[in-house]
Amino acid sequence: MMILTGAEIVVETLIEQGCQVVFGYPGGQVINLYDALYMRSDRIQHILTAHEQGAAHAADGYARASGQVGVVIATSGPGATNLVTGIATAYLDSVPMVAITGNVPNSLIGRDSFQEVDITGVTLPITKHNFLVKSIDKLADTIREAFVIAKSGRPGPVLVDIPKDVQTATYPYQVGPVVQKKPQKKAQGDQLSRAAQMIAEAKRPYIYFGGGAVSAEISEEIIQLAEKIDAPIGCTMMGLSVVPVDHPRYLGMEGMHGHFASSVSQDEADLIITIGARFSDRATGNVAKYARKARIIHIDADSAELNKNVNVALGIECDVKDALERLLSLIDAKQHPEWMARIAELKAEEKVHFERETPKDRLTPYALIQETAKHTLPDTPIVTDVGQHQMWTAQYYPFQKGRTFISSGGLGTMGFGVGAAIGAAKATGKKTVLFTGDGSFGMNLNELATVSTENIPLVIIIMNNHVLGMVRQWQTLFFQKHYSNTDLHERKTDFVKLAEAFGMKGYRIQELSELAPVLEKAFAENSPVLVDCLIDQDEFVLPMLPPGGCIEDIITEREEIS
Amino acid sequence: MMERFVIAILVENQPGILTRVASMFNRRGFNIDTLTVSETENHDYSRITISLTGDDGTCQQIIKQLRKLYNVKEVKVMDKPQSVYRELALIKLQNKPETRQEILSAVDIFRSKIVDFSPSTLCVEITGETSKIEAFIALVEPLGILEMCRTGVVAIERGCHYLNSETSL
Repeated sequence: MMILTGAEIVVETLIEQGCQVVFGYPGGQVINLYDALYMRSDRIQHILTAHEQGAAHAADGYARASGQVGVVIATSGPGATNLVTGIATAYLDSVPMVAITGNVPNSLIGRDSFQEVDITGVTLPITKHNFLVKSIDKLADTIREAFVIAKSGRPGPVLVDIPKDVQTATYPYQVGPVVQKKPQKKAQGDQLSRAAQMIAEAKRPYIYFGGGAVSAEISEEIIQLAEKIDAPIGCTMMGLSVVPVDHPRYLGMEGMHGHFASSVSQDEADLIITIGARFSDRATGNVAKYARKARIIHIDADSAELNKNVNVALGIECDVKDALERLLSLIDAKQHPEWMARIAELKAEEKVHFERETPKDRLTPYALIQETAKHTLPDTPIVTDVGQHQMWTAQYYPFQKGRTFISSGGLGTMGFGVGAAIGAAKATGKKTVLFTGDGSFGMNLNELATVSTENIPLVIIIMNNHVLGMVRQWQTLFFQKHYSNTDLHERKTDFVKLAEAFGMKGYRIQELSELAPVLEKAFAENSPVLVDCLIDQDEFVLPMLPPGGCIEDIITEREEIS
Repeated sequence: MMERFVIAILVENQPGILTRVASMFNRRGFNIDTLTVSETENHDYSRITISLTGDDGTCQQIIKQLRKLYNVKEVKVMDKPQSVYRELALIKLQNKPETRQEILSAVDIFRSKIVDFSPSTLCVEITGETSKIEAFIALVEPLGILEMCRTGVVAIERGCHYLNSETSL
């Protein structure tokens, strides 16, 4: 038992909970906390970012890459509000994160004091839970509870707001154990028997997983299930990397920019076995016309997702890993030769569309991603920002291992990338790749300062089309080519010089012939590097299910729309 | 099919909990018809009673979202046949000689009472199920309602059923 200040208790509790790296930015109401961090820098590393938003995305990227709780620290007022986008990003993608903010002393709360903001009020709808710690006696236990909440069940962010007087007060502290997740409900036997029965009756089963499969780490169970019941495997964007893309049963992501064979076979299936996905509008299109021929089994950690967006025949709230293991022992092996022949047909058709749309004689996003993949390992974290480059990466990158695709899915946060890549690289210690666009990158490029200072092993590849490509694609398709505020050609930013200004190496690729040699050099660097890769402004992300559309509306080739 | 649901919620007695519950309704676009908060037999918990109109799917979704809130201990639909619903209204009416008798007989028939009486106003307190209160309001509305306030529904299950699952005889 030691008598410590509140600030010291925060740091000791973080250390006690196994936290080795925190991301953040100091300020008036966390000076005490930063002093305590300074004294314990032997046990806990603090990464100073350029902006609190970058720190929040870094904590998020750290959590996604490692499965551990990511921790971010910010001061009161603007420090805290700068975290908001990062917290919301983590919330929408169910990422375990603890955000610690300082606040003005209790005596000044509610008086509109300098840098005072009601951050628990602000973050109420974007956190799993948040706490304002009004007295020091509850401080250590509140932080422990924040970790429990962040990692239990469906994970998510938790914010702990600590007034300055609580940081300066003193109280006894006793080291506690690493907190465990709350036990997750197990699937009921009759629910699993019913699922087994539905699987036995199905002629065209389709296995469909989302981000829940990443956090539950169930790639083996999914593959075993697919092999046993002779089914194809598709996923949402958030599920990417759980099943290796070269697995013969794997069709890739479905949905708005999903693979043709994956989306069409999901529509033709008579049974969709859904694991840890939430039927977002980007995945389903028009829900009234979604999977009309199928019965749906939905296995998820969060009961509120069952029948939320899509009505399902069987919803099971459970520990999904346990449920799949038990389900596997209940089902008999099945063969569906006709269905698998149909899948093969769809894959062949997909290939035809793809080849017509992807010329080999110029610098396409596909060529860039494939060439990059020659330099990466199966466990290389692949981080993206948001937009066309994100969809191309999701479609074409040959993911091999879970937790290697790190991308803002639910919130679609442009500017997520650099911060998240810093976090992913810190979590794994591995050379990390960030695919970004000139639009997204422009939002938080200040974090190059962090990349450079911390010598983060990062290769940043900008797919630079001098437009906000995804919005431009919509303007082309749905707004009569009114390119309102999406043309960035007038911007004079030289990304190579920018990289150099931040103390990094910068390269540029302007045509196909430069692609291989420049990437060779970029990946050979032992320091962070930026590659500005110029691509055509009118590259499209295809296929595309128009928003609110259904499978009949799928656009597979440019010809269909011009 | 749109129905009326009454949901009882047992929450930890802590500041901000009402905001958390109300915010969830607001964020997800669920409408609240009435809401009451009160102390319970246990000082650690408060009880929130919410009535709303919606279909069964909406009601189920609300219950599940409420159960996800950290400070929420129990959530239960108060089934009409197995529960007692009550609401209280205070209704201030014009006190005119030509309508006074009509008001007094309505008060008598509805087993409500006059709780304030001034030369120009009188105030009725009425307790009962929502339908009874609404019938009374419809009756006295033509006589000139000056001001009204209602508590919203509170509900409790009949017999040995308790909101707090730890409670027993």
